[in-house]
Amino acid sequence: MKMKSLKKRDSALANSKRQLEILSGGIFQNGELPTFKTKIAETNQFPLKPKPLEILQINVGYMCNLVCKHCHVDAGPDRKEIMTRKTMTQCIAVIKATGAHTLDLTGGAPEMNPNFRWFVEEASKVGIKDFIVRSNLTIITSHKRFRDLPEFFKKHNIHVVSSMPHWTRGKTDKQRGEGVFNNSIKALKMLNDVGYGIPGSELKLDLVYNPSGAFLPGNQSAMEQDFKSALLQDFGIHFHALFAITNLPISRFLDYLIASENYEDYMYSLVEAYNATAVANVMCTNTISVSWDGWLYDCDFNQMLGLKVASKTKHISTYNSEILNNRDIIISQHCYGCTAGSGSSCQGTVT
Amino acid sequence: MQKTYYDPKDLKKFGNITEWSEELGNKFFEYYGKVFESGALTAREKSLIALAVAHTEQCPYCIDAYTKDGLERGITKEEMMEAIHVGAAIKGGATLVHGVQMMNKVNKLDL
Repeated sequence: MKMKSLKKRDSALANSKRQLEILSGGIFQNGELPTFKTKIAETNQFPLKPKPLEILQINVGYMCNLVCKHCHVDAGPDRKEIMTRKTMTQCIAVIKATGAHTLDLTGGAPEMNPNFRWFVEEASKVGIKDFIVRSNLTIITSHKRFRDLPEFFKKHNIHVVSSMPHWTRGKTDKQRGEGVFNNSIKALKMLNDVGYGIPGSELKLDLVYNPSGAFLPGNQSAMEQDFKSALLQDFGIHFHALFAITNLPISRFLDYLIASENYEDYMYSLVEAYNATAVANVMCTNTISVSWDGWLYDCDFNQMLGLKVASKTKHISTYNSEILNNRDIIISQHCYGCTAGSGSSCQGTVT
Repeated sequence: MQKTYYDPKDLKKFGNITEWSEELGNKFFEYYGKVFESGALTAREKSLIALAVAHTEQCPYCIDAYTKDGLERGITKEEMMEAIHVGAAIKGGATLVHGVQMMNKVNKLDL
């Protein structure tokens, strides 16, 4: 049976309030484990405050051609939330006005937004230093209208960041769906063919590794070596860096953790791996996340939990750096995902 | 008092052994940590050896710990199973090689 989003399934967990109740209840309510607030307060890091904005991460819509089991966005073909050109125009105005050096487009599959190419063309005129598109790879092979994406990315000097949970087919398809591995390999070859990911090339191609189950990512550089040698040996594929990202216990990954009776053990693993030095560099301190409808969030995870920034200015149309920088970052127990081990962010480890 | 000998939750309490013998406990965990660092063998290879030994020792805590450790390192289930077969082959071999002792004894005592 084809997997559907939690929203389409009318799952109780499609409601972010229910997710937040779970994250604050049980083992955190009865004191078995310390809350994230208690934990960061131990090192005087509460309340968590932002630093100057470096990364504007824009979620251009929740529609996706895949329905990955661990997706924190609950994305899928049945999600219709899509950013309009009007909101994109407001985003571009903010990019111009702020000193952010990185623009990070995510989704869903950002390429499925009908205004995606227009947005990339307009935003690249602003002269941003690092312009990232988080591409799921399979979109490139999914339909002939997407097959020129590698050339399009190259034309605008896009930094392509793509998910790849393992260098073997079995583990990849289990997480991301039947056939995803082979299509991802095809897409990686297409990207390599135009110069992406080749050693020394300025066309950046990085991969994101998310564990395919209820366990934490291992050492990022060791994993990178394993990925590089396996992908090169088996398929002749090159890429630049591997970002190891911890799965946060929200949305479909939370649903999986609960259904597989792994939730408590996973939270224990996250809390045991807590690293106080990672807190200073968590991505919410230098990133603002914008949703498809223009609301502002501390990160993409808070976006999915419906936690708009705790600030008077909450929307891209009224963006004000000064007011936003005075806010407290909203936290809950999912934040343990970003402080486990070497830390985790959309750019990989943080320590 | 619990009615089973093994409880998965006890693995989390492993560090508590230090409470009743601080010096020896600390020395053990320091040694343990050092053993698993990359050296002439990679940490990945050591994890697979640990998994195989966990099975020959039939330690349920170690099996849980090193299965999870292997997954975290991206070790595949095929690699894990092959490692366990290495352990099983040595266990089986260790039993059967004693058959020579039995044969020696039979040859000595039998007419």
